Amino acid sequence: MPELKHAVNLWWEDVREGQQVPAYVRVTDLMNWNRYAAVNDEFIPFHMDNDAALAAKQPGVFGMGNLRWAYIHNMLHDWVGESGDVVAVDLRYTGLNFKNDTLTARGKVTRKYVEKGEHLVDLEVGVDNQKGENTAPGQATVRLPARGG
Amino acid sequence: MTTTPPQTYITAELRAQLGVEKERRVSPPIALSDIRKWGIATYWPVRPPRIYWDEAYARTTRWAGIIAPYDFNPFAWPIDDEGWARLMEAVKGQVKSGSPDVPGSRGMNGGGRVRYYNHMRPGDVISSVSKLVDLKESMGKRTGLLLFSSSETRWTNQKGELVKVSVGTGIRY
Repeated sequence: MPELKHAVNLWWEDVREGQQVPAYVRVTDLMNWNRYAAVNDEFIPFHMDNDAALAAKQPGVFGMGNLRWAYIHNMLHDWVGESGDVVAVDLRYTGLNFKNDTLTARGKVTRKYVEKGEHLVDLEVGVDNQKGENTAPGQATVRLPARGG
Repeated sequence: MTTTPPQTYITAELRAQLGVEKERRVSPPIALSDIRKWGIATYWPVRPPRIYWDEAYARTTRWAGIIAPYDFNPFAWPIDDEGWARLMEAVKGQVKSGSPDVPGSRGMNGGGRVRYYNHMRPGDVISSVSKLVDLKESMGKRTGLLLFSSSETRWTNQKGELVKVSVGTGIRY
């Protein structure tokens, strides 16, 4: 498996409004969902059994919203590296994640500012599927180190 | 068999739950191995960052040790009496949600918002307190009447430090 490279020194000064965060892309199927079910003890029939998904009035099995929540956090963590922190995330699930979807967790900087001595960055985030549909729109805030201290 | 959908899911009994502390839970101590597995599951098929599994590396970071991912759930796999009873109740609901066409018996995760204060670490024991904070309804195209119920949950660690405050929205239909 490839290893991630972390941006260990992402400075607040180097972030600009309008900037896109490196996307976090995963093709999802039972390999991702079953592993997530195992760690989160989330064994809900409609995530693994097509009959249960049909009974729930959906076209087929679909992934956990919580996994998309994880993808957004992983994208943010991979971007800020170990010198920054995720401060807040707000996400709504407006679509489902079906089998073999290619999910792209993405973020765009909307604002950088200083509040109570903390150097913060707000982002618009989302998880798009391969059709370009945003299945989980939201916002996030991260805290970064500043060269000025 | 299809049951006629109700006019509203928001009964007086449900409304009375607003603002009332409904769950107080204490997690088992967070295990290093659970953090590692969480990282693998959520980064799959890419190897997760070392901060979640390599203690020697983690000691060189500003956290001076392994931390748990932000979204880590220390309450998974409960075994104490109360946790087990809650798990059995949830499983009953899930089985029901996959069978007959009973309005209000199906559930979905609507999303949430979280503010983080302190990282979770191996050995931490997390306490959680929840209360219902909002109830709303709307009409779905395919699903009929939808109930959105939001609960606020506060997590603190064994030192009494705030870990996170979250508001999660569940959908029933």
